[in-house]
Amino acid sequence: MTIEKAPVHDFASDWDHSDPEWVKDPYPIWDDLRQRCPVAHTERYGGGWFPATHAGVSAVANDTEHFTSRTVVIGNGRPMEDALPAPIGVAPPITSDPPFHQIARRLILPAFAPGPVNALEPMIRSLCSDLLERVAGQEVINASSDYAQFIPPSVIKRMLGFPEQDEDLFREFVHVILEGIDEPVEERIEKFAPIEAYFQAQIEEHAQNPREDLTTFLMNAEILGEKLEPQHVAGTMILVLVAGIDTTWSAIGASLWHLAQNPQDLERLVNEPDLMPFAIEEFLRFYAPVTMARLVKQDMEFLGCSMKQDDWILLGFPAANRDPAVLERAGEFIIDRKENRHLAFGLGIHRCAGSNLARLELRVAIEEFIKRYPRFELAEPSAVTWAAGQVRGPRSIPIRVA
Amino acid sequence: MKVVIDAARCQGHGRCFSLAPAVFGYDELGNGLVLGDGVLDADGLELARLAEANCPEHAISIGES
Ligand code: HEM
Repeated sequence: MTIEKAPVHDFASDWDHSDPEWVKDPYPIWDDLRQRCPVAHTERYGGGWFPATHAGVSAVANDTEHFTSRTVVIGNGRPMEDALPAPIGVAPPITSDPPFHQIARRLILPAFAPGPVNALEPMIRSLCSDLLERVAGQEVINASSDYAQFIPPSVIKRMLGFPEQDEDLFREFVHVILEGIDEPVEERIEKFAPIEAYFQAQIEEHAQNPREDLTTFLMNAEILGEKLEPQHVAGTMILVLVAGIDTTWSAIGASLWHLAQNPQDLERLVNEPDLMPFAIEEFLRFYAPVTMARLVKQDMEFLGCSMKQDDWILLGFPAANRDPAVLERAGEFIIDRKENRHLAFGLGIHRCAGSNLARLELRVAIEEFIKRYPRFELAEPSAVTWAAGQVRGPRSIPIRVA
Repeated sequence: MKVVIDAARCQGHGRCFSLAPAVFGYDELGNGLVLGDGVLDADGLELARLAEANCPEHAISIGES
């Protein structure tokens, strides 16, 4: 069951990131807000703000004194109801504030540093080519549901050391956590129960059979000589699963969706492999999938707005990426753009811990796809659907490959 | 000319060592670091400028050595 909502008439005073118009194509809305506001307000979700400019997003992302990450996904509930108290938060380090944040973050960063991540490349490459092999011979394949959606869960499953056959479950968990924002709080808590139970079972299984993976690592990790709190271990595992799947799947999907409609970009990428590093960053900038939230700690004036304690801030990294005040031709996709300080992976202390892995998956997924199909086009533009919520990406992309 | 990374600003986006591996490396956390003494020849300068222009945190600066 979802709560019925009135349609939005003016995003400046009543924004809603789950409104169908925003879900379908948010960019014109953000362009308009950037000129008019530039911080939009809403009474929905108990009150919140949306800075549409690069300056506004940076100001909030870099200010951990006035904003907390205690809850980073907007919902209907008041924030404290289903969250552990700061500074640990439900899913460290993303829901942690300083000073604990840095401790929780440093713990996991080595696992996501370039060395260990780059070692995964051959595995990801054979995964991608196997997925394409499964639909070989078809004239139309779905770049999202036949391909992109399978890549990140398979990688994460191996990192965490989870059973082969559980991938479908993960996608369901991610859906519950990220896309169920319009459900009442009680229903959300109820739906979370099996997720917690699943992770608990994995932890117990790892206690019996410790092995070389992130789960065992977290279970053995210590902070100042003490083992991590059990909720910390489970919270970080859930975070890696949730943060690593929808996001990367969306980035791969959006990139292929772009190439399917822009034959000149596809042709250049096929013929000029040296463009790949720049193209990857432009895909990430232009179709940045992730929008995160903060909560206002105390009543205050900020960016000219009277913010109240526990108001939401929707941190529009994707909107900041298209702000013409900081970037030339910000509204255009330029495949060989050389200067690109985009914020797809956030800004400040919460910079995406998985960014090296995400980039690797994105690059290999595109390379393998265009190697097999140097020419392809969108088969049915009207069949493309977009995920609602704070992670934006195409969920169905029928592509004609022959 | 010489390049430096402000470690207090660097958050490990990894743009510098990806774009200019001849000039930048990374530590065990994946944060960027300058290889050697950071003094740049002409090629190094061009690479360092590219990295500087792509750092989301504005953590890289290039100045007189
Ligand atoms: C294209 C894919 C991805 C995008 C666009 C993305 C984006 C982001 C963003 C914007 C943040 C900052 C959140 C904030 O400021 O509150 C973040 C944090 C995080 N991401 Fe990603 N992410 C991606 C893939 C991944 C992957 C593959 C993993 C791991 C397997 C991952 C793990 C994390 C973690 C652990 C954090 C929390 C870091 C902290 O709070 O210190 N992400 N991500």
